[in-house]
Amino acid sequence: MEYDYAALGLKAGIEIHQQLNTAEKLFCRCPTLLRETAEHTGEFFRYLRATESELGEIDRAAKEEMKLVRKFCYYTYDTVCLVEHDEEPPAPLNREALGVALTIAKMLGMTPIDQVHTMRKLVIDGSNTSGFQRTALVALNGTLPGGCRIETICLEEEACQRVEGDAFSLDRLGIPLVEITTAPCMHTPEDVRTVARHIGMVLRSTGKVKRGLGTIRQDVNVSIRDGARVEIKGVQELDLIAEVVRREVGRQVELLAIRDELRARGASVDTTVTDVTGLFAETKSAILKKAKAILAVRLPGFAGLVGREIQPGRRLGSEMADYAKKCGVGGIFHTDELPAYGVTAEEVARLREHLRAAEQDAVVLVAASRKQAGCAAEQVMIRARIALDGIPEETRKMLEGGSTAYMRPLPGAARMYPETDVFPVTIGSDLWEGIELPELLTSRAERFSRDLGLDDALARQMAFSERLPLFERTVAEGVRPTLAARTLLGTLRELARDGVPVGHLPDDEVVLLLQAVESGRTAKEAIPDLLSELARTAGEQPRKSPEERIAAAIESVAPTVTAGDLDAIVGRVVEEREEFVRQRGMGALGPLMGVVMKEVRGSVDGQLVSRALKREIERRLS
Amino acid sequence: MTGTYITDRDGMAVVKLDTGYNIGISPAEVQFVERPAPRAAATPVVIQNPDLPELSIISTGGTIASRVDYRTGAVTSQFSASDILRAIPELGDLAIYRSRQLASILSENMRPSIWQELARSIHAEIESGVDGVIVTHGTDTMAYSAAAVSFMVRSPVPIVFVGSQRSADRPSSDNAMNALCSAAVATGDLGEVAVVMHASTSDDRCAVHRATKVRKMHTSRRDAFASLGTAPVGYVDYPSLEVTLSPEAVRRGTHELELADELEERCGLLHFVPGMPPAILDAYEGYAGLVLSGTGLGHVRTEWIPRLSDLIAGGTTVVMTSQCLHGRVCDRVYDTGRDLLAIGVIEGEDMLPEAALVKLMWVLAREDDPARIRDLMQTSLRGEICRGSR
Repeated sequence: MEYDYAALGLKAGIEIHQQLNTAEKLFCRCPTLLRETAEHTGEFFRYLRATESELGEIDRAAKEEMKLVRKFCYYTYDTVCLVEHDEEPPAPLNREALGVALTIAKMLGMTPIDQVHTMRKLVIDGSNTSGFQRTALVALNGTLPGGCRIETICLEEEACQRVEGDAFSLDRLGIPLVEITTAPCMHTPEDVRTVARHIGMVLRSTGKVKRGLGTIRQDVNVSIRDGARVEIKGVQELDLIAEVVRREVGRQVELLAIRDELRARGASVDTTVTDVTGLFAETKSAILKKAKAILAVRLPGFAGLVGREIQPGRRLGSEMADYAKKCGVGGIFHTDELPAYGVTAEEVARLREHLRAAEQDAVVLVAASRKQAGCAAEQVMIRARIALDGIPEETRKMLEGGSTAYMRPLPGAARMYPETDVFPVTIGSDLWEGIELPELLTSRAERFSRDLGLDDALARQMAFSERLPLFERTVAEGVRPTLAARTLLGTLRELARDGVPVGHLPDDEVVLLLQAVESGRTAKEAIPDLLSELARTAGEQPRKSPEERIAAAIESVAPTVTAGDLDAIVGRVVEEREEFVRQRGMGALGPLMGVVMKEVRGSVDGQLVSRALKREIERRLS
Repeated sequence: MTGTYITDRDGMAVVKLDTGYNIGISPAEVQFVERPAPRAAATPVVIQNPDLPELSIISTGGTIASRVDYRTGAVTSQFSASDILRAIPELGDLAIYRSRQLASILSENMRPSIWQELARSIHAEIESGVDGVIVTHGTDTMAYSAAAVSFMVRSPVPIVFVGSQRSADRPSSDNAMNALCSAAVATGDLGEVAVVMHASTSDDRCAVHRATKVRKMHTSRRDAFASLGTAPVGYVDYPSLEVTLSPEAVRRGTHELELADELEERCGLLHFVPGMPPAILDAYEGYAGLVLSGTGLGHVRTEWIPRLSDLIAGGTTVVMTSQCLHGRVCDRVYDTGRDLLAIGVIEGEDMLPEAALVKLMWVLAREDDPARIRDLMQTSLRGEICRGSR
């Protein structure tokens, strides 16, 4: 459904998190290398706890995470050190990463901070072994085409990757990230996508960012008038970003409508939690049957609204369930969806009667251990009360398709304190002025089509490709740009589609092969076969130099055919098909091309073959 | 852009922006807007359960609780029993607490006179009837202090030293688990001085180390503390807090309460290195005791022997330990060793160099007869010497 976003007062901003492709991590000297979890060399276990602020307060987001005392498991590798283990103080801030962050800042027209201070931002969901993420504000106030404003760029450490449940992998922890935060200056879902795409392009233009799934993540902040600021974390696909915004606007519109309806009905939240375990003694519902305690919350005036859809696949009841899950329960039951799940109409009627629930009232059930159920019932009441007020400020996570689920309250600004183990870094004018601005990928695409003769689409594809550095190198080594671009974009992709392990191909060999084509050592037509052969034999023992491997590949796949060899082959082919040649005349050229090319296994340029064939056919016909 | 001015650093004004980030900016660019009103700290009262055992927490400056001011970023240490209980509420399930702040120093600044004050405080607390004592201590010198206290105080109840390798302001700190495990030990069946710290990098159990056999063996890891030459005298599982003591652990009530707080402070510990000139020993002229941390089985270079002989003749007791840390000194195998024995150097058996130092301080404060000193130094008084090596 499309809304009138201007009328709704949509305001959106984004935070883009991009991993940097530096040699070392941000606060230790480990490589920024991701590993397979199967390669882990050990595991250890930790608990995290919220710490009190000066005023005896615990940050609300941290407190929420603490409802469950969770034991976190960490996978360690031979490529991580005691810093990631939170067993050694951090090393000084990585200067290479700072340089990249400053480059991006300069490209966005920002003002650097005189002296950069590293902070600790509390994160106790287990994704940081220390319980905080180190982050530093590097520059302020940038501009974007279209008039949007960049507020800040920060340099921070990447968190652990979740393996499953409460198990995390330490390989990703500490990879440098830049976080770019815009002002809430976007007013339509498409604006958000345009801005995200532009910033992504600027980031890639540095040539120093990681590429691939999960290396860039967008958090989207969305609010509408009378709504609330909601942060949606971790949108990885750019194409979904507008949909996420549309669905969040929809959610807020629906929740406001529910609020209005609740108020019109004079709805309220009953503060008593009723133990109804006994009512379900004979139940057929597997979940209720095995629960130690079943508690019920009565929500006067909520009937029909708990089950009302607020986003595709999501209801107000889903929001209540998200809150309840913080206590470790699997979910909730509510009367808008009952009878179902093995709960009979009779049981529902008995439940309603027992709670003296009127027709307009909803009842929510939680089934778990007594302690968990008590906690969950409390959470359901909290969320129900919020529904009467409107929309809570929240951090949410994206679900498949673009709907979202509650994660935790928005953290307060009060969750940061100084990282005293890392000295501040002063950014002098020498450092700042010495930063050279890389060419934007959009300008580079224009240059490729203008100067290198690539057509516009290929030029743009090449500029934005991960293989851009290899392309530039290949061209610098004397290979024609179109040949280089078509090989790197077209041929490699086709080979990959056919299951050739092109990821194993060393850049050196690709460059040398294309040079061999340019120098006439082998034919353009042989490129796919040669690349397949090189990929297939990559990593074979005994080791050969790239030059030796190219020579061996040409020898086995497309041995050199001399002019004399070619003439002999052409002579034989034509002779064997003399009748066909007489029938078709010069029309035989096309069909015989294929035959000869197969014989020479693509090692002779097509034009040479064509010329030799033409000559031979003319001779026979004369 | 507004924020709170925090301090001055390297000529820059450090300002905490409203977003929580600190930045350093040139003071010329800072414009004063207003002075924030001081905010009153909330001090919720913690109610303790009088049916539980009573423990005394004596703080020397090591923090098991601290609090962060997210506005300024300052971290402040918490010492009162209610502060500690607010930070680690689960402690309230184990005992009721009284607390005493003896000192507020970094443990690298620890000195023998504070060990004596500590011993007297511990003695007074036990005399007043507490069921156990917890000493919070910085980790750098905790093993020295614990060993010193174990010589000075004989106790029927547990005396447990505890600290944290990660500062208490971080959510990952080892403070809470160490504190809870130490309270479990302090209310348990132990009857000696111990150090209770993480047994591994995981938050799964703490080791109970005998005070005279423990050493900090890593600069930063949680499991930096290790028992050397012997196994820990117990373990505490976490989070169950179940304490398992080994048969060697001294049990509650084994000893009567006793205080012997004299120490001879003029004692030194010297780590011998190749080429170290004998003139180094001049610095120990007039010392009552010197522990040598020698090489291998207990050696120093041959050129030291005449100078050492003079020191001993001048009344300095010299005890040999080994920088190998693991193993027993034996000066009867090689010539150098036999020469050392001949001039009167005392073999320190398998004592850790640091434990030998504090023991020597304690012994020399009580004895001046050389034979009696030698005898005491070679007798295990607090488990500092094992009969057999394992």
